[in-house]
Amino acid sequence: MSNGTKKGYSVPIGPIHPALKEPILFTFTMNGEKVEEVDFAPGKAHRGIEWMGMRRNPVQIVHLTDRICGICGVSHTLAFSRAVEQVAEIEVPERGHYVRTIIAEYERIQSHLLWAGVAAHELGFDTLFFLAWRVREESMDVIELLTGNRVNYGIIQVGGVRRDITEDQFPRIEASLRYYEDLLGKMLELFLHDTTITMRCRNTGLMNRREALELCTVGPTARASGLNLDVRQDSPYAAYGDLDVRAVMPEQYLGEAYGDVYDRIVVRLLEVKQSVEIIRQCLDMMPPGPVQFETKIPKLLATCKKAVGEAVGRVEAPRGEALHYVRMDGHENPQTWKVKASTYSNQMSWLKMLRGEQLADVPIIVASIDPCMSCTDRVTVVRDGHSDVMTKEGLHRLSVEKTRRLMQ
Amino acid sequence: MRLSRAFNRSLWVFHFNSGSCNGCDIEIVAAITPRYDPERFGVRLVGSPKHADVLLVTGPVTHDMRDRLRRVYDQMAEPKLVMCIGTCGQSGGVFYDSYNLDGPVGDVIPVDIYVPGCAPRPEAIIDGVVKAIAKLERLEGEQG
Ligand code: SF4
Repeated sequence: MSNGTKKGYSVPIGPIHPALKEPILFTFTMNGEKVEEVDFAPGKAHRGIEWMGMRRNPVQIVHLTDRICGICGVSHTLAFSRAVEQVAEIEVPERGHYVRTIIAEYERIQSHLLWAGVAAHELGFDTLFFLAWRVREESMDVIELLTGNRVNYGIIQVGGVRRDITEDQFPRIEASLRYYEDLLGKMLELFLHDTTITMRCRNTGLMNRREALELCTVGPTARASGLNLDVRQDSPYAAYGDLDVRAVMPEQYLGEAYGDVYDRIVVRLLEVKQSVEIIRQCLDMMPPGPVQFETKIPKLLATCKKAVGEAVGRVEAPRGEALHYVRMDGHENPQTWKVKASTYSNQMSWLKMLRGEQLADVPIIVASIDPCMSCTDRVTVVRDGHSDVMTKEGLHRLSVEKTRRLMQ
Repeated sequence: MRLSRAFNRSLWVFHFNSGSCNGCDIEIVAAITPRYDPERFGVRLVGSPKHADVLLVTGPVTHDMRDRLRRVYDQMAEPKLVMCIGTCGQSGGVFYDSYNLDGPVGDVIPVDIYVPGCAPRPEAIIDGVVKAIAKLERLEGEQG
């Protein structure tokens, strides 16, 4: 409430939503159309995964980590496996590292395209949403070819991977890389040189470098604000040490970083290109040999059982750093297991980004950090004691109307 | 399948995430996007349960979402169907021993169609929707 005459009102959004996102409850304190204060309550999707994991053995847990998130499951599994491998002193074969890297990068392509589609939808640009999801299917096809699944790939195992990538799959992979290379120019044109998107995203949801640093943001959200952070570059894992990986920064494309929604789009789209290059390098450099440290599960479990100690596994997931802490004490199940997903680090930046913005910009700003859990289904607007209900479509309409106003 | 005269409108679906891992959710969205494009048959996601004929539920129903799932179900107009997408909504799946689950979905609201898989492919989801259409027609026929 800014002054005594104007009455502030609060708008709860969530936790149920019609599509795309996960449950979370936002409460906005509004002044007219302006967001004054933001509060949010995550935890609606809490399934007690760590608790369950501490009662299972590492081989069972990798299937649980796949299902921490259906979009970036490989990153969690990889981070967890790396932690266990360090404790148990398991040496992953070289080729296993390369297969892991290829799958992780395909996951990034798939995840960023998914996000690009969602972002377009939040702006009211559904044509682009459908386009992004259509081209995403190409990566899904390759992922299915390589792992056997479209989501929750179940390919990474403690000690390596469960399936090798064979020579006869290379042409299909190469075809998909070429497909994305040809497409990227078009995607950049559509997303970054479109008047509507520029108007809606430039200077929206601002977060400067210092704030990004103070809020401990990670991944594309941090990079868009000018922080040069990328686990793949800073502390390489899997095969990244052999490869040429540099954090993608928005100024590479435009010469400067604003730290707004637009820059977050730039970073993610350029990372698709980066992933294509990384996969290509991997294909060229892949050494022959086994992909799994120990294919016999009982033997693998016996090795894990002997392990005593603690370790941290860090991985650059599509949304930023995912960190798993594991402590083993000579039992089959880990004594402690702690997961820090990337959205956990990024979510506090919502408070900064949303304050002072308009209600119509809320969907795109919330989506701009690519949250791995989210919101907007129904808004109950309580104004002077009356309440009326607004659906997500209503909010979406507000967003579309704003775009129209800007176009005039 | 032949559409009978009782099928007098398009099928609208509402998607409810009761604490899923997102895997099923993205497959649902993949199922409505251009590769499969069921929108040409009028199947589309809507933003309010009050507009929907079918409720798609994903996830194992966490404690927080139980009442909300009930409330959303109650808001839907008859005749209505519930589709439970994904293994974890049917048995808890990989989360079977969690302390925070009030599911499976069938314990909270009546479920008509189960689409198993973790996650089911978009084709499987569309197949479930086709079965839903057949059942809705029957219900409508009975209502006259
Ligand atoms: S069934 Fe599997 S993929 Fe679907 S929401 Fe549950 S855990 Fe995720």
